[in-house]
Amino acid sequence: MEHHTIGLTLKVWRQKNNKAKGQFETFNVKNISTEMSFLEMFDVLNEQLVAENKEPVAFDHDCREGICGACSMYINGRAHGPWHNTTTCQLHMREYKDGDTIVVEPWRANSFPVLKDLIVDRSSFDRIIQAGGYISVNTGNAVDANSLPIEKHRADESFAAAACIGCGACVAACPNASAMLFVSAKVSHLALLPQGDPERKIRSVNMIEQMDKEGFGSCTNIGACEAECPKGISLENIARLNREYLGAVFSGDSQNA
Amino acid sequence: MILNSKIPAGQLQSKWEDYKSTCKLVNPANKRQIEVIVIGTGLAGASAAASLGEMGYKVKAFCFQDSPRRAHSIAAQGGINAAKNYQNDGDSTYRLFYDTIKGGDYRSRESNVYRLAAVSASIIDQCVAQGVPFAREYGGLLSNRSFGGTQVQRTFYAAGQTGQQLLIGAYQALERQIALGNVEMYARHEMLELVKVEGKARGIIARNLITGELERHFGHSVLLCSGGYGNVFYLSTNAMGSNVTAAWKAHKKGAFFGNPCFTQIHPTCIPVTGDHQSKLTLMSESLRNDGRIWVPKKQGDNRKASEILEEERDYYLERRYPAFGNLVPRDVASRAAKERCDAGYGVGTSKMAVYLDFASAIMRYGKVEAHKRGLAHGDDKAVYQLGKDVVKEKYGNLFEMYEKITGENPYEIPMRIYPAVHYTMGGLWVDYELMTTVPGLYALGEANFSDHGANRLGASALMQGLADGYFVIPYTLGNNLADDIRTKAMPTDHPAFAEAEKEVSDRLTRLMSIKGSESVESFHKRLGKIMWDKCGMARNAKGLQEAVTEIQALKKEFWSNVRIPGEISEFNPELDKAGRVADFIELGELMCLDALQRNESCGGHFREEYQTEDGEALRQDDQYMFVAAWEYKGDSRFEMHKEVLDYEVVHPSQRSYK
Repeated sequence: MEHHTIGLTLKVWRQKNNKAKGQFETFNVKNISTEMSFLEMFDVLNEQLVAENKEPVAFDHDCREGICGACSMYINGRAHGPWHNTTTCQLHMREYKDGDTIVVEPWRANSFPVLKDLIVDRSSFDRIIQAGGYISVNTGNAVDANSLPIEKHRADESFAAAACIGCGACVAACPNASAMLFVSAKVSHLALLPQGDPERKIRSVNMIEQMDKEGFGSCTNIGACEAECPKGISLENIARLNREYLGAVFSGDSQNA
Repeated sequence: MILNSKIPAGQLQSKWEDYKSTCKLVNPANKRQIEVIVIGTGLAGASAAASLGEMGYKVKAFCFQDSPRRAHSIAAQGGINAAKNYQNDGDSTYRLFYDTIKGGDYRSRESNVYRLAAVSASIIDQCVAQGVPFAREYGGLLSNRSFGGTQVQRTFYAAGQTGQQLLIGAYQALERQIALGNVEMYARHEMLELVKVEGKARGIIARNLITGELERHFGHSVLLCSGGYGNVFYLSTNAMGSNVTAAWKAHKKGAFFGNPCFTQIHPTCIPVTGDHQSKLTLMSESLRNDGRIWVPKKQGDNRKASEILEEERDYYLERRYPAFGNLVPRDVASRAAKERCDAGYGVGTSKMAVYLDFASAIMRYGKVEAHKRGLAHGDDKAVYQLGKDVVKEKYGNLFEMYEKITGENPYEIPMRIYPAVHYTMGGLWVDYELMTTVPGLYALGEANFSDHGANRLGASALMQGLADGYFVIPYTLGNNLADDIRTKAMPTDHPAFAEAEKEVSDRLTRLMSIKGSESVESFHKRLGKIMWDKCGMARNAKGLQEAVTEIQALKKEFWSNVRIPGEISEFNPELDKAGRVADFIELGELMCLDALQRNESCGGHFREEYQTEDGEALRQDDQYMFVAAWEYKGDSRFEMHKEVLDYEVVHPSQRSYK
């Protein structure tokens, strides 16, 4: 692949901690190879800051191969930047031209408070899973795996929903900061499988209740979540969640939830 | 000290069954009084914490990431092995055991590996019950594929995201126990010291990474499930945060380190592009099911792949290893790629790459599809399109990832790949019960040394992590805790806790007060270069001796010139990284010492002085049929102990994949 180097102006959100007031800070970086990933470009910036005896920009990242869900930058007004179906760590610098200005912010949502610079607290997602995002089976209780055939297309659909990496881009992209795509992906993953059937009503009711408790907004069918989701989680999951939820509430079976 | 591996007596096939039937149990009321600390929430940690929580123990789980779901097990792509024999192709517990022992080049413990193979089938059952959406056939039954080093299809998978799906299963089981109050979760916490009371592991000192505060936590036992140490090489397929710190602290407190030089270099990774590179990305071994590996027959051939005719290509794995072809084990495939590139046959701008080509697989699948549709004589273009769709369904996500990183379309141009550090077979020495040489301290999953010998077969890491967590530790922990039921939870103002906390706090203060001029990242890169050049895919005595000297000098420089911005008592990722790099430097030295003492080649450990005429690894069974278990004796001083490996069932021979 042909490559060259570029220089950029970065406007990055800086915030000392959860209580401090944040502001944008402007940096210039040079000699950025177009073969770098977006986070490697930040590595260059941070090395530069350390050399100048300044504090580097804090950002969440770990696997750098698009699967752990840690990275979470809001780039020029888009969660994970301009590439479709791509996490921040997989966005590469060949997207940019010499002299470009890039604005980088953390996820913005009341339920994701900023901890430092570009790092937010996403533990609300874990608490939603705690409310019911599982199948209640203890270790050692399982029957033979092939005793329960599952239609291929159902298994595939379940897998497509289970591909969610819990990064929170859906919330960051939504004008209402709704977590419906995240919740619906988990409800769909489990509701599509026969193993998940016994708890499906309680699950959807409890997860929705927890989502509301965490302060996430309501879904108004805008679709920004699907557009920005790095794993291509479909809006159809939200429709399925609504059916699951209504079915559970109207059947009255969710009382002991 | 004589190492006691506590292997139960009896026939290999019945050891684990006998153990389970006779081990001591802890009654439910007592379990509620017993606290267990679990470090790490990958497959081993999450499955252990969830299972122990279900059993009634009071569990505290720790991870440095923001959520337990982000542990690096999530990135495993290809699959998980299990001896189910669903394909009716002759698989059995014994065959999985045998393949694993042979794949590990006869440097693992028979009893542990047999147990691993025996519980493998239950893992698949458990995961399906949890809702893990494995790939299925049209009949609704589970699908399998092949992996390197085997001749059966026993690998279960979920597209190229098997690790993700298994981890999400374990994570959900863990979150359920958190909701029930059986497990307390401490995310963004890092273990920085082990606390011992009267010789037993009784707790840890952890740092809250958000506030920088140090915390004391008591546990009747401590389980290290903290993964491997591949990041000692700086560039590896590990996540940026993967580190050896928890295991290294335990090592310095008395836990022996087993076979530290056994590291796995994975043959199919995207090649390095430049100095900016922060990590390397794996392309799953499953691609070798269908991709053919080749280089030009002519040295320094600068033509494009498409311009090199079929007869001008050297499919060197198929040529050298006709029986296993492109599916030879990882160590063999990696060395063969290095050999071709070193000899001047490499491709791409760096010339340090080989091709992984899907063209013939696309045409082969295309013909099958065309046949199904009655288009047996369809034109090549139509056949190609049909075949491309099949390949897309099998490996689509990997192809997309490759294109995002390299900007090249692997359906059109063959992938360029090169070996990269991927997994570490070495780790804390453990006995049959997964206990380290510190009583009450256990190591599970990649953090221990136990099951993979000198080379791990593909799709066996996920199997081992979950075997340890779901099916082994629930029994072996109870067997030991049964003697501990009278021990009351200790208050953390005990002097042992105060002392351990002071050690941690002094070290952090020392790191922060250096105020030198070189960044942590820069030191890490320098360490990585020494390790890769001299303790990497090929090693020799001279290089290893030089590496030891260079690492000692680097250590001195680090402790006098590292620059860490920010403060101790705040969120400070540079400080976190500095502590980890300091530990990697010490470990790097031990790895070189271990590689130096092992005067043989086996599995991933290739000493250039010990090879056959045709360049294969040459073991020295009469001298090195042992586990090297290293004891820490103070700064740069280590003493080696041996656990001799007895092969009662399998007869070691030179591995042949020809």
